[in-house]
Amino acid sequence: MENKILLEIVTPHGLIYSEEVDEVTANGSEGEFCVLPGHVPYVTTLKAGMLMCKTGKEPAIFFVNWGYADIGADKVLILADSAEKSEEIDVERAKEAMKRAEERLRKCEECDFHRAEASLERAATRIQISQMRIPK
Amino acid sequence: MPTLRDIKRRIKAVHSTSKITKAMKMVAASKFRKAQQRMFELRPYADRMSAVLSSLAGSAESEIHPLLAVRPRKNVDIIVLTSDRGLCGAFNSNILRVASKHISHLRKEGFEVNVSAIGRKAVDYFKRRNVPLKKSWVGISGRISYANAQEIATDIIERYTNEATDEIILAYNEFKSVAAQKVVVTRLLPLASIEAAVGTLPVFNFIYEPSKENIFNNLLPKNVEIQLFRALLESQASEEAARMSAMENATKAANDMINSLTLQFNKARQASITKELMDIVGGVEALKG
Repeated sequence: MENKILLEIVTPHGLIYSEEVDEVTANGSEGEFCVLPGHVPYVTTLKAGMLMCKTGKEPAIFFVNWGYADIGADKVLILADSAEKSEEIDVERAKEAMKRAEERLRKCEECDFHRAEASLERAATRIQISQMRIPK
Repeated sequence: MPTLRDIKRRIKAVHSTSKITKAMKMVAASKFRKAQQRMFELRPYADRMSAVLSSLAGSAESEIHPLLAVRPRKNVDIIVLTSDRGLCGAFNSNILRVASKHISHLRKEGFEVNVSAIGRKAVDYFKRRNVPLKKSWVGISGRISYANAQEIATDIIERYTNEATDEIILAYNEFKSVAAQKVVVTRLLPLASIEAAVGTLPVFNFIYEPSKENIFNNLLPKNVEIQLFRALLESQASEEAARMSAMENATKAANDMINSLTLQFNKARQASITKELMDIVGGVEALKG
Protein backbone atom coordinates (compact mmCIF):
# COMPACT_ATOMS: atom_id res chain seq x y z
CA MET A 1 0.00 0.00 0.00
CA GLU A 2 1.19 3.48 -0.77
CA ASN A 3 1.91 6.03 1.91
CA LYS A 4 1.61 3.47 4.63
CA ILE A 5 4.23 1.90 6.81
CA LEU A 6 4.16 -1.69 7.89
CA LEU A 7 4.82 -1.67 11.62
CA GLU A 8 5.96 -4.94 13.11
CA ILE A 9 6.76 -5.39 16.77
CA VAL A 10 8.50 -8.66 17.54
CA THR A 11 9.74 -9.96 20.85
CA PRO A 12 11.12 -13.34 21.92
CA HIS A 13 7.58 -14.04 23.09
CA GLY A 14 6.04 -13.67 19.70
CA LEU A 15 4.83 -11.23 17.11
CA ILE A 16 3.02 -8.56 19.11
CA TYR A 17 1.75 -6.30 16.37
CA SER A 18 1.72 -6.22 12.60
CA GLU A 19 -0.36 -3.53 10.92
CA GLU A 20 -0.21 -0.93 8.20
CA VAL A 21 0.04 2.45 9.89
CA ASP A 22 0.43 6.10 8.91
CA GLU A 23 2.94 7.23 11.47
CA VAL A 24 5.15 5.76 14.18
CA THR A 25 6.64 7.60 17.14
CA ALA A 26 9.24 5.83 19.27
CA ASN A 27 11.80 6.47 21.95
CA GLY A 28 15.27 6.03 20.49
CA SER A 29 18.44 6.01 22.54
CA GLU A 30 19.24 9.48 21.21
CA GLY A 31 15.77 10.80 21.77
CA GLU A 32 12.26 10.50 20.50
CA PHE A 33 11.76 10.18 16.79
CA CYS A 34 8.87 9.97 14.42
CA VAL A 35 8.69 7.98 11.22
CA LEU A 36 6.52 8.81 8.23
CA PRO A 37 6.32 6.85 4.99
CA GLY A 38 9.39 7.25 2.80
CA HIS A 39 11.87 7.53 5.67
CA VAL A 40 15.55 6.97 4.89
CA PRO A 41 17.02 3.67 6.10
CA TYR A 42 17.72 4.13 9.76
CA VAL A 43 18.80 1.81 12.55
CA THR A 44 18.74 2.72 16.19
CA THR A 45 18.64 1.21 19.64
CA LEU A 46 15.55 1.89 21.68
CA LYS A 47 15.24 2.96 25.28
CA ALA A 48 12.48 1.63 27.47
CA GLY A 49 9.58 3.84 26.67
CA MET A 50 6.55 4.61 24.63
CA LEU A 51 5.86 3.67 21.07
CA MET A 52 2.86 5.18 19.39
CA CYS A 53 1.42 4.50 15.99
CA LYS A 54 -1.38 6.26 14.20
CA THR A 55 -3.64 4.59 11.75
CA GLY A 56 -6.99 5.39 10.24
CA LYS A 57 -8.84 2.70 12.07
CA GLU A 58 -7.02 1.72 15.20
CA PRO A 59 -4.29 3.84 16.76
CA ALA A 60 -2.26 2.18 19.50
CA ILE A 61 0.21 2.92 22.25
CA PHE A 62 2.81 0.41 23.40
CA PHE A 63 5.36 0.09 26.12
CA VAL A 64 8.58 -1.17 24.54
CA ASN A 65 11.39 -2.40 26.72
CA TRP A 66 14.85 -1.98 25.21
CA GLY A 67 15.45 -3.13 21.68
CA TYR A 68 16.26 -2.13 18.14
CA ALA A 69 14.35 -0.41 15.43
CA ASP A 70 15.05 -1.08 11.79
CA ILE A 71 13.41 1.52 9.63
CA GLY A 72 12.99 1.49 5.90
CA ALA A 73 10.91 3.46 3.44
CA ASP A 74 7.77 1.41 3.93
CA LYS A 75 8.36 -0.59 7.07
CA VAL A 76 9.31 -0.22 10.71
CA LEU A 77 10.58 -3.31 12.44
CA ILE A 78 10.88 -3.21 16.21
CA LEU A 79 12.94 -5.96 17.82
CA ALA A 80 12.29 -5.58 21.53
CA ASP A 81 12.99 -7.62 24.62
CA SER A 82 9.38 -7.13 25.59
CA ALA A 83 6.46 -5.03 24.45
CA GLU A 84 2.96 -4.49 25.76
CA LYS A 85 -0.07 -2.66 24.49
CA SER A 86 -1.02 0.14 26.84
CA GLU A 87 -4.38 -1.46 27.69
CA GLU A 88 -2.65 -4.74 28.52
CA ILE A 89 -0.08 -3.45 30.95
CA ASP A 90 -0.34 -5.06 34.35
CA VAL A 91 -0.43 -1.91 36.47
CA GLU A 92 -0.41 -3.78 39.76
CA ARG A 93 2.75 -5.58 38.81
CA ALA A 94 4.40 -2.39 37.64
CA LYS A 95 3.49 -0.66 40.90
CA GLU A 96 5.00 -3.51 42.86
CA ALA A 97 8.15 -3.41 40.76
CA MET A 98 8.34 0.32 41.40
CA LYS A 99 8.04 -0.20 45.13
CA ARG A 100 10.73 -2.86 45.06
CA ALA A 101 13.06 -0.66 43.09
CA GLU A 102 12.51 2.29 45.43
CA GLU A 103 13.21 0.04 48.36
CA ARG A 104 16.44 -1.10 46.82
CA LEU A 105 17.48 2.44 46.02
CA ARG A 106 16.93 3.48 49.61
CA LYS A 107 18.78 0.56 51.10
CA CYS A 108 21.83 0.08 48.99
CA GLU A 109 24.42 2.76 48.66
CA GLU A 110 25.93 1.88 45.35
CA CYS A 111 25.57 -1.87 44.98
CA ASP A 112 23.17 -2.22 42.09
CA PHE A 113 22.36 1.40 41.78
CA HIS A 114 22.15 1.45 38.02
CA ARG A 115 20.00 -1.62 37.81
CA ALA A 116 17.63 -0.42 40.48
CA GLU A 117 17.41 2.97 38.87
CA ALA A 118 16.72 1.43 35.48
CA SER A 119 13.98 -0.79 36.80
CA LEU A 120 12.44 2.12 38.66
CA GLU A 121 12.38 4.13 35.49
CA ARG A 122 10.94 1.20 33.59
CA ALA A 123 8.15 0.69 36.08
CA ALA A 124 7.32 4.38 36.17
CA THR A 125 7.15 4.56 32.39
CA ARG A 126 4.96 1.47 32.33
CA ILE A 127 2.47 3.01 34.71
CA GLN A 128 2.51 6.28 32.85
CA ILE A 129 1.88 4.57 29.53
CA SER A 130 -0.85 2.40 30.93
CA GLN A 131 -2.83 5.53 31.67
CA MET A 132 -2.35 7.09 28.28
CA ARG A 133 -5.06 6.87 25.72
CA ILE A 134 -5.02 8.07 22.19
CA PRO A 135 -6.76 11.39 21.70
CA LYS A 136 -9.52 10.85 19.24
CA MET B 1 6.48 -75.34 25.02
CA PRO B 2 6.20 -72.74 27.78
CA THR B 3 3.93 -73.64 30.63
CA LEU B 4 0.74 -71.76 31.41
CA ARG B 5 2.38 -70.02 34.32
CA ASP B 6 5.28 -68.77 32.18
CA ILE B 7 2.97 -67.24 29.65
CA LYS B 8 0.89 -65.61 32.32
CA ARG B 9 3.97 -64.08 33.85
CA ARG B 10 5.09 -62.72 30.50
CA ILE B 11 1.72 -61.18 29.80
CA LYS B 12 1.87 -59.42 33.11
CA ALA B 13 5.36 -58.13 32.44
CA VAL B 14 4.49 -56.81 28.99
CA HIS B 15 1.36 -55.24 30.38
CA SER B 16 3.25 -53.27 32.99
CA THR B 17 5.76 -52.15 30.37
CA SER B 18 2.95 -50.86 28.21
CA LYS B 19 1.62 -48.91 31.17
CA ILE B 20 4.96 -47.21 31.58
CA THR B 21 5.36 -46.36 27.91
CA LYS B 22 1.84 -45.00 27.82
CA ALA B 23 2.54 -42.74 30.78
CA MET B 24 5.78 -41.58 29.22
CA LYS B 25 3.93 -40.73 26.05
CA MET B 26 1.50 -38.56 27.97
CA VAL B 27 4.31 -36.76 29.75
CA ALA B 28 6.17 -36.22 26.49
CA ALA B 29 3.02 -34.89 24.88
CA SER B 30 2.51 -32.24 27.52
CA LYS B 31 6.17 -31.25 27.51
CA PHE B 32 6.06 -31.12 23.75
CA ARG B 33 3.19 -28.69 23.71
CA LYS B 34 5.06 -26.33 25.99
CA ALA B 35 8.27 -26.57 24.01
CA GLN B 36 6.47 -26.08 20.74
CA GLN B 37 4.76 -22.97 21.97
CA ARG B 38 8.02 -21.41 23.12
CA MET B 39 9.59 -22.26 19.81
CA PHE B 40 6.80 -20.74 17.76
CA GLU B 41 6.97 -17.60 19.85
CA LEU B 42 10.66 -17.16 19.27
CA ARG B 43 10.75 -18.00 15.56
CA PRO B 44 9.54 -14.64 14.18
CA TYR B 45 12.00 -12.78 16.38
CA ALA B 46 14.93 -14.95 15.37
CA ASP B 47 14.04 -14.76 11.67
CA ARG B 48 13.78 -11.01 11.67
CA MET B 49 16.92 -10.62 13.71
CA SER B 50 18.96 -12.40 11.06
CA ALA B 51 17.17 -10.50 8.31
CA VAL B 52 18.08 -7.18 9.90
CA LEU B 53 21.67 -8.27 10.30
CA SER B 54 22.10 -9.37 6.74
CA SER B 55 20.63 -6.14 5.42
CA LEU B 56 22.96 -4.14 7.65
CA ALA B 57 25.97 -6.21 6.79
CA GLY B 58 25.91 -4.93 3.24
CA SER B 59 27.18 -1.61 4.45
CA ALA B 60 29.49 -2.90 7.14
CA GLU B 61 33.23 -3.22 6.95
CA SER B 62 34.52 -6.39 8.52
CA GLU B 63 36.92 -4.44 10.74
CA ILE B 64 34.06 -2.88 12.61
CA HIS B 65 33.49 -5.84 14.87
CA PRO B 66 35.53 -9.00 15.53
CA LEU B 67 32.48 -11.17 14.88
CA LEU B 68 32.30 -9.82 11.34
CA ALA B 69 35.83 -10.89 10.55
CA VAL B 70 36.06 -13.67 8.02
CA ARG B 71 39.33 -15.54 8.21
CA PRO B 72 40.65 -18.33 6.04
CA ARG B 73 39.38 -21.57 7.47
CA LYS B 74 41.88 -23.60 9.45
CA ASN B 75 40.34 -24.38 12.81
CA VAL B 76 36.73 -25.45 12.84
CA ASP B 77 34.58 -25.89 15.92
CA ILE B 78 31.60 -28.18 15.73
CA ILE B 79 28.93 -28.17 18.41
CA VAL B 80 26.67 -31.19 18.60
CA LEU B 81 23.32 -30.70 20.27
CA THR B 82 21.52 -33.76 21.63
CA SER B 83 19.22 -34.54 24.53
CA ASP B 84 20.17 -35.61 28.03
CA ARG B 85 17.75 -38.50 28.16
CA GLY B 86 17.18 -41.42 25.85
CA LEU B 87 14.01 -43.30 24.91
CA CYS B 88 13.27 -40.97 22.06
CA GLY B 89 13.72 -43.20 19.06
CA ALA B 90 16.39 -42.31 16.55
CA PHE B 91 16.55 -38.68 17.68
CA ASN B 92 20.05 -38.83 19.12
CA SER B 93 21.55 -41.48 16.89
CA ASN B 94 20.52 -39.55 13.79
CA ILE B 95 22.28 -36.43 14.83
CA LEU B 96 25.35 -38.23 16.12
CA ARG B 97 25.68 -40.15 12.86
CA VAL B 98 25.47 -37.01 10.75
CA ALA B 99 27.82 -35.14 13.06
CA SER B 100 30.47 -37.88 13.03
CA LYS B 101 30.34 -38.03 9.26
CA HIS B 102 30.75 -34.29 9.10
CA ILE B 103 33.67 -34.35 11.50
CA SER B 104 35.57 -37.03 9.63
CA HIS B 105 34.85 -35.27 6.37
CA LEU B 106 36.31 -32.03 7.69
CA ARG B 107 39.34 -33.85 9.12
CA LYS B 108 39.95 -35.48 5.77
CA GLU B 109 40.04 -32.08 4.16
CA GLY B 110 42.77 -31.10 6.56
CA PHE B 111 40.94 -28.85 8.98
CA GLU B 112 41.70 -28.83 12.66
CA VAL B 113 38.36 -29.86 14.19
CA ASN B 114 37.34 -29.22 17.78
CA VAL B 115 34.21 -30.93 19.04
CA SER B 116 31.93 -29.57 21.74
CA ALA B 117 28.81 -31.29 22.98
CA ILE B 118 25.54 -30.14 24.45
CA GLY B 119 23.49 -32.90 26.08
CA ARG B 120 24.53 -36.01 27.93
CA LYS B 121 23.97 -38.33 24.97
CA ALA B 122 26.49 -36.52 22.81
CA VAL B 123 29.00 -36.32 25.65
CA ASP B 124 28.77 -40.07 26.28
CA TYR B 125 28.95 -40.89 22.60
CA PHE B 126 32.15 -38.96 21.98
CA LYS B 127 33.70 -40.21 25.19
CA ARG B 128 33.11 -43.81 24.13
CA ARG B 129 34.82 -43.08 20.84
CA ASN B 130 37.70 -41.29 22.52
CA VAL B 131 36.97 -38.01 20.80
CA PRO B 132 38.29 -35.26 23.03
CA LEU B 133 35.67 -32.64 23.82
CA LYS B 134 36.61 -29.02 23.93
CA LYS B 135 33.61 -28.10 26.02
CA SER B 136 30.51 -29.88 27.20
CA TRP B 137 27.23 -28.73 28.65
CA VAL B 138 24.86 -31.21 30.25
CA GLY B 139 21.63 -30.94 32.17
CA ILE B 140 20.05 -28.13 30.22
CA SER B 141 17.60 -29.97 28.01
CA GLY B 142 14.27 -30.07 29.76
CA ARG B 143 14.45 -26.66 31.32
CA ILE B 144 16.04 -24.44 28.76
CA SER B 145 16.34 -20.80 29.64
CA TYR B 146 17.75 -17.86 27.80
CA ALA B 147 20.62 -17.86 30.30
CA ASN B 148 21.75 -21.24 28.94
CA ALA B 149 21.98 -19.84 25.44
CA GLN B 150 23.81 -16.82 26.78
CA GLU B 151 26.36 -18.95 28.57
CA ILE B 152 27.14 -21.00 25.49
CA ALA B 153 27.12 -17.96 23.23
CA THR B 154 29.60 -16.14 25.46
CA ASP B 155 31.98 -19.06 25.19
CA ILE B 156 31.62 -19.28 21.42
CA ILE B 157 32.08 -15.57 20.92
CA GLU B 158 35.18 -15.59 23.06
CA ARG B 159 36.73 -18.41 21.08
CA TYR B 160 35.95 -16.73 17.80
CA THR B 161 37.22 -13.35 18.95
CA ASN B 162 40.45 -14.87 20.26
CA GLU B 163 40.94 -16.50 16.87
CA ALA B 164 40.99 -19.91 18.52
CA THR B 165 38.66 -20.96 15.76
CA ASP B 166 37.76 -19.65 12.33
CA GLU B 167 34.37 -21.25 11.95
CA ILE B 168 31.72 -22.53 14.30
CA ILE B 169 29.25 -25.15 13.17
CA LEU B 170 26.18 -26.29 15.05
CA ALA B 171 24.47 -29.62 14.45
CA TYR B 172 20.97 -29.95 15.84
CA ASN B 173 17.53 -31.34 15.17
CA GLU B 174 15.21 -28.87 13.55
CA PHE B 175 11.54 -29.29 14.24
CA LYS B 176 9.55 -30.00 11.07
CA SER B 177 6.41 -31.62 12.41
CA VAL B 178 5.40 -34.01 15.15
CA ALA B 179 6.34 -36.92 12.92
CA ALA B 180 9.50 -35.49 11.38
CA GLN B 181 12.66 -33.93 12.66
CA LYS B 182 15.43 -32.86 10.38
CA VAL B 183 19.08 -32.91 11.27
CA VAL B 184 20.52 -29.53 10.42
CA VAL B 185 24.19 -28.67 10.23
CA THR B 186 24.44 -24.92 10.20
CA ARG B 187 27.14 -22.35 10.58
CA LEU B 188 26.87 -20.00 13.54
CA LEU B 189 29.96 -17.94 12.84
CA PRO B 190 30.96 -16.30 10.62
CA LEU B 191 27.42 -15.41 9.72
CA ALA B 192 26.68 -16.82 6.29
CA SER B 193 24.60 -13.89 5.15
CA ILE B 194 27.21 -11.45 6.33
CA GLU B 195 30.07 -13.16 4.66
CA ALA B 196 28.24 -12.89 1.36
CA ALA B 197 27.31 -9.29 1.93
CA VAL B 198 30.44 -7.76 3.43
CA GLY B 199 32.29 -5.61 0.97
CA THR B 200 29.52 -5.49 -1.57
CA LEU B 201 28.32 -2.02 -2.35
CA PRO B 202 25.76 -0.84 0.15
CA VAL B 203 22.31 -0.58 -1.31
CA PHE B 204 21.32 2.00 1.23
CA ASN B 205 23.34 4.25 3.40
CA PHE B 206 21.92 3.49 6.77
CA ILE B 207 21.76 6.12 9.43
CA TYR B 208 22.97 4.60 12.66
CA GLU B 209 22.11 5.85 16.10
CA PRO B 210 23.95 6.06 18.46
CA SER B 211 26.70 4.77 16.14
CA LYS B 212 27.48 1.97 13.78
CA GLU B 213 29.92 0.39 16.22
CA ASN B 214 27.43 0.59 19.02
CA ILE B 215 24.69 -1.06 16.99
CA PHE B 216 26.93 -3.91 15.86
CA ASN B 217 28.36 -4.35 19.35
CA ASN B 218 24.84 -4.89 20.60
CA LEU B 219 23.32 -6.73 17.73
CA LEU B 220 25.99 -9.28 16.80
CA PRO B 221 26.40 -11.04 20.15
CA LYS B 222 22.67 -10.86 20.69
CA ASN B 223 22.13 -12.55 17.36
CA VAL B 224 24.42 -15.43 18.29
CA GLU B 225 22.51 -15.85 21.54
CA ILE B 226 19.16 -15.78 19.82
CA GLN B 227 20.16 -18.26 17.11
CA LEU B 228 21.53 -20.60 19.75
CA PHE B 229 18.46 -20.21 21.89
CA ARG B 230 16.35 -21.00 18.90
CA ALA B 231 18.35 -24.14 18.18
CA LEU B 232 17.97 -25.22 21.80
CA LEU B 233 14.22 -24.77 21.66
CA GLU B 234 13.91 -26.49 18.28
CA SER B 235 15.89 -29.41 19.57
CA GLN B 236 13.79 -29.57 22.71
CA ALA B 237 10.54 -29.66 20.77
CA SER B 238 11.95 -32.25 18.38
CA GLU B 239 13.12 -34.40 21.26
CA GLU B 240 9.73 -34.48 22.93
CA ALA B 241 8.01 -35.12 19.60
CA ALA B 242 10.39 -37.98 18.87
CA ARG B 243 9.82 -39.39 22.32
CA MET B 244 6.09 -39.13 21.86
CA SER B 245 6.09 -41.18 18.69
CA ALA B 246 8.67 -43.65 20.05
CA MET B 247 6.51 -44.28 23.09
CA GLU B 248 3.40 -44.51 20.96
CA ASN B 249 5.07 -47.23 18.90
CA ALA B 250 6.29 -49.02 22.00
CA THR B 251 2.80 -49.05 23.47
CA LYS B 252 1.40 -50.40 20.24
CA ALA B 253 4.05 -53.11 20.07
CA ALA B 254 3.35 -54.10 23.67
CA ASN B 255 -0.36 -54.40 22.97
CA ASP B 256 0.29 -56.57 19.91
CA MET B 257 2.50 -58.76 22.04
CA ILE B 258 -0.15 -59.07 24.72
CA ASN B 259 -2.64 -60.16 22.08
CA SER B 260 -0.43 -62.86 20.65
CA LEU B 261 0.57 -64.04 24.14
CA THR B 262 -3.06 -64.22 25.19
CA LEU B 263 -3.79 -66.35 22.13
CA GLN B 264 -0.91 -68.61 23.03
CA PHE B 265 -2.12 -68.78 26.61
CA ASN B 266 -5.61 -69.77 25.58
CA LYS B 267 -4.29 -72.43 23.23
CA ALA B 268 -2.11 -73.88 25.96
CA ARG B 269 -5.00 -73.83 28.41
CA GLN B 270 -7.27 -75.62 25.94
CA ALA B 271 -4.54 -78.17 25.25
CA SER B 272 -4.13 -78.97 28.90
CA ILE B 273 -7.89 -79.35 29.36
CA THR B 274 -8.07 -81.69 26.40
CA LYS B 275 -5.21 -83.68 27.76
CA GLU B 276 -6.86 -84.07 31.16
CA LEU B 277 -10.09 -85.09 29.51
CA MET B 278 -8.31 -87.74 27.48
CA ASP B 279 -6.75 -89.07 30.65
CA ILE B 280 -10.10 -89.36 32.37
CA VAL B 281 -11.75 -90.96 29.39
CA GLY B 282 -8.82 -93.35 29.08
CA GLY B 283 -9.12 -94.25 32.77
CA VAL B 284 -12.83 -94.91 32.48
CA GLU B 285 -12.28 -97.10 29.43
CA ALA B 286 -9.62 -99.07 31.30
CA LEU B 287 -11.93 -99.65 34.29
CA LYS B 288 -14.67 -100.91 31.98
CA GLY B 289 -12.38 -103.37 30.33
